[in-house]
Amino acid sequence: MAQVKKVRLPLTNETLKELRAGDNLLLSGVMYVGRDAAHKRLVEAMEQGKPLPIDIKGLTIYFMGPSPARPGRPIGSAGPTTSGRMDAYSPRLIAEGLKGMIGKGLRSKAVKDAMVKYKAVYLGAIGGAGALISKSIKKAEVVAYEELGAEALRRLEVEDFPVTVINDIYGGDLYEEGKAQYRVKE
Amino acid sequence: MREIKADDITKTIANLFKHSCHYLPQDVLTALKQAREKEKSEVARDVLDKILENCEIAAKEQIPLCQDTGAAVVMLELGQEVHIVGNDLYAAVNEGVRQGYANGYLRKSIVRQPFSERINTRDNTPAMIYTDIVPGNKLKITVMPKGGGSENMSRLTVVAPAQGRQGIIDFVVNRVDEAGSNPCPPVIVGIGIGGTTEKTMMLAKKALLRKVGEPNRDAEIAELEKDILKRVNNLGIGAMGYGGTITALAVHIETFPCHIASLPVAVNMQCWCARHEDAIL
Ligand code: SF4
Repeated sequence: MAQVKKVRLPLTNETLKELRAGDNLLLSGVMYVGRDAAHKRLVEAMEQGKPLPIDIKGLTIYFMGPSPARPGRPIGSAGPTTSGRMDAYSPRLIAEGLKGMIGKGLRSKAVKDAMVKYKAVYLGAIGGAGALISKSIKKAEVVAYEELGAEALRRLEVEDFPVTVINDIYGGDLYEEGKAQYRVKE
Repeated sequence: MREIKADDITKTIANLFKHSCHYLPQDVLTALKQAREKEKSEVARDVLDKILENCEIAAKEQIPLCQDTGAAVVMLELGQEVHIVGNDLYAAVNEGVRQGYANGYLRKSIVRQPFSERINTRDNTPAMIYTDIVPGNKLKITVMPKGGGSENMSRLTVVAPAQGRQGIIDFVVNRVDEAGSNPCPPVIVGIGIGGTTEKTMMLAKKALLRKVGEPNRDAEIAELEKDILKRVNNLGIGAMGYGGTITALAVHIETFPCHIASLPVAVNMQCWCARHEDAIL
């Protein structure tokens, strides 16, 4: 297997140049968490010219809604949610400087085109592996939209957070390439 | 008449949800381990290793296997000689869901108004409750925390009876192909064939409760399960859609007689995190 690369967040254009679809990464640094409801509010605020609670430039956003933390723990189970529900909002955020998205599942053509055009990547976390992934989250705090509960906007500090590159900045797509490699024609 | 206390139902439901969100059934774990052995892609094997590690961490540290602890699906088989005392049956079930999701630190994922307000009910109620009245004086309770990612990939159709077996295969294989990485493969494909449309989807859901890989007792249906499994695994989607030889752990089919004009087919998709548990009172 290709070696696992350690990557510091925030993602820079230099780092992004090195990443290829299929690479396994361990991310350390700061990322933000949001699902559909938080995305909707961010994009609405942008459209109305209102100030945003976070700076989108250079940001990595994790599509996730955790289970409640047990006392003494930073977070509960914390695996990715289906990214397709964010397709309506992602191109706008990518144009604004978003560099990384972490989730699971298929993305639309518009999102993939935006990633190539503005240089951003889509990273896959293992769906359902919420217990495993939670071990790499050292700190979590709600930064906005607290009333959304599991869907609030959160800031995470992570160490060796495991992901796989699905879409790189060159148009590479692990979902397409992986499937093509193992597909048996009937 | 045998009396069953509503309180006991509540407690049982609470415990079943808590436990099932931290421990996969043994047959599911075994199927995942076998998939790990058989898988040809190194990338997919690595995913399966992490999935198995996740199951160990969940049990040891009491962190839910997956953060999506589901809609609370509850299936009851109520013996006709049972008399429930102390509360309404469904109120007792919902109270069990409320307690299990609160004390178990499980995620509450139900919104009251489905298409506009979408405000969270904050206790994961109401449960999706289905009751069969059966002979006897016992109550069998099956719980199934059902995640949104895989449930969203489920579909129902009515194929022309003339299309028969091939029509069923084409519909199911296409569905799994289009779902791709979304339902967190390796999946278990629950299929209902026959009945009326609502019946068909229930058959598909109940098919997911069978022990993973146990064939249907009818030889012709078992043969169809085998053929569909082969076709599905030839899709190459693999664990998490990263490419591989194991896209499904199993294909389970349940059938029921149907109308002369109809051939309904339902697919209820189950992610690898196939949580379900039962108890008999
Ligand atoms: S599809 Fe299943 S494993 Fe994947 S996130 Fe949803 S509940 Fe978890």
